[in-house]
Amino acid sequence: MPGNKTDAIDVRNAVKRYGDFTALKRISLTIKDNEFFTLLGPSGCGKTTLLRMIAGFEDVTEGEILLFGDEIESLPPHQRPVNTVFQNYALFPHMTILDNVAFGLEMRGKSKSAARKRAGEMLELVQLSQFAARKPSQLSGGQQQRVALARALAPQPKVLLLDEPLSALDLKLRKQMQLELKHLQRETGITFIFVTHDQEEALTMSDRIAVMSAGEMQQLGTPTEIYEQPRNMFVADFIGETNLLEVSVDQVMNGRAVCHLGGGHALTCNSVDGIGAGAKVHMSVRPERLFMSDVPVEAESLKGRVAENIFVGTDISTLVDLAEGPQFIVRTSNSDRGNKRIFEPGSEIFVNMELGAGRLLMD
Amino acid sequence: MAHVNENIKTYKGFRAITLLCLVVLYAPLVIVTIYSFNASQSITNWEGLSFRWYADVFTGPESAKFKSAAFNSFTIAIMAATASTMIATLAATAMVRGGQFKMRTVSFGLISLPLMVPEIVTAVATLIFFNAIGFTRGYLTILVAHVAFCIPFAYLPISARMQGIEDSFEQAAMDLYATRRQAFTKILMPLMAPGIISGFLLAFIVSLDDFIITNFVKGAGVETLPTAIFGSVKQGIKPNIMAISTMLLSVSIVMVTISYFVSKSDSTK
Repeated sequence: MPGNKTDAIDVRNAVKRYGDFTALKRISLTIKDNEFFTLLGPSGCGKTTLLRMIAGFEDVTEGEILLFGDEIESLPPHQRPVNTVFQNYALFPHMTILDNVAFGLEMRGKSKSAARKRAGEMLELVQLSQFAARKPSQLSGGQQQRVALARALAPQPKVLLLDEPLSALDLKLRKQMQLELKHLQRETGITFIFVTHDQEEALTMSDRIAVMSAGEMQQLGTPTEIYEQPRNMFVADFIGETNLLEVSVDQVMNGRAVCHLGGGHALTCNSVDGIGAGAKVHMSVRPERLFMSDVPVEAESLKGRVAENIFVGTDISTLVDLAEGPQFIVRTSNSDRGNKRIFEPGSEIFVNMELGAGRLLMD
Repeated sequence: MAHVNENIKTYKGFRAITLLCLVVLYAPLVIVTIYSFNASQSITNWEGLSFRWYADVFTGPESAKFKSAAFNSFTIAIMAATASTMIATLAATAMVRGGQFKMRTVSFGLISLPLMVPEIVTAVATLIFFNAIGFTRGYLTILVAHVAFCIPFAYLPISARMQGIEDSFEQAAMDLYATRRQAFTKILMPLMAPGIISGFLLAFIVSLDDFIITNFVKGAGVETLPTAIFGSVKQGIKPNIMAISTMLLSVSIVMVTISYFVSKSDSTK
């Protein structure tokens, strides 16, 4: 089947085996042109393997990888018009910053002077012109990160691959680089494929996210979809904080499912295709979609007792033990203190869920 | 309780043992160096400062013998070090960058085994080998034998250096459109340079210094400095031997110094 010329990357049934171990189990995904796409998952989920297969550092055991419609899975790395920002940057220690950035251009046949001119422009773009003559070891981690970015972008690759490039930076610098990367992607119009295990980073930067686990794709969607409509237990648990409740579905009617969570408590949420009455599944409720009150405000208010309040800067997390049943985490934003109340530990209160906040999960 | 970071100087006997070791190791070298400047014919009585034995090495009755031995020693050392360094570099590339191939462990054993074989065994075996294939003993047999036994010495610093270079550098080069060969010559080789230079210098010293194997495989009339010195000493130790030894010592010191500065100017650190 010929590829679509407008899709940046098309991975078709890609399998990667190392001896008896299968690192990737038949992955298929399409990455659009000009997209900031993130492969998200815990270590060992296969995300880096997939990235290295696109770059050409790993053979594809089975399947195809197409770049703008052309099969590339059998090309050596130097013949693929994609560039990589490595986790440890891999800046050439014996070359100056300028020569590092010019390297790819020279290898592509540009004259030394033309390559250096363009490299100078790239250094300007990442605001490091004054360091052009230095060696990589004379730069800070954040600066090295920018050089790696400039070096990979200089030859104008069709796709830029980023292998956890921010993991070595401290939190503040990481936040700043997240925004810079996002801006750089918009400015250059190059498709970015970003690998990370940090869900917050993924949600902040991405147009779309593929959540991976154990060599399989768990869900593909926009950050909002992934966060608000997780498809299964793994995604709900991995992305953000959530209350995972064991429930049995009592009845499904008019797109609503009434679920029991033991101890006589019940919660109603939107039904999900494939989960019918009698099913024993999990329900995910984000802590910020719950609120507390001293009197029941609706039929399904859950009676409980405050165990602990945890101050986390912008929010307060409250642990609530239900009379009979699980423990809940309720998160109240500090900016919302006018409308929502915080109760002292020991208080008898009711936990209420916003309409539509519960999400039933396939296992 | 004993202090964890106790100063080593406070250990009993530290000074005595250290001094003893230093004296045994270095006193002979110091004495040979000093007496090489002795004006006397005797090797034990000091009769004043003189360069006569250095002059004797270059102009004395044995000067022709020493000159040809020095020529042989240095040309063989340079060629043997060069050849063995090239072979060792290729071997290290295969071992460190060649992935997991069959016989990898065996290969490593085969490369480093010669370091553990008693040199006299290697010497006898090499001699028998040359005889068996009908190779006339002379300059060439010394050279071939030196290339062979220098390889493990050159290999060790080179492979150690290569193991310290992450393969992401070459991957980055290939990612940036360098062919495998370009990644090797433009990235790996410059990063390897300190290891290669160390390997070369080590091989050079080992070749320059070798006596046992050389003595077995050399032909009649072909001498290297160690065999020439040995031949001379058999007829009684004269002070000119001390002068030659001092000069050889200087060559070694220069080599070690170069090696030290090469590893200090390491660009990856």
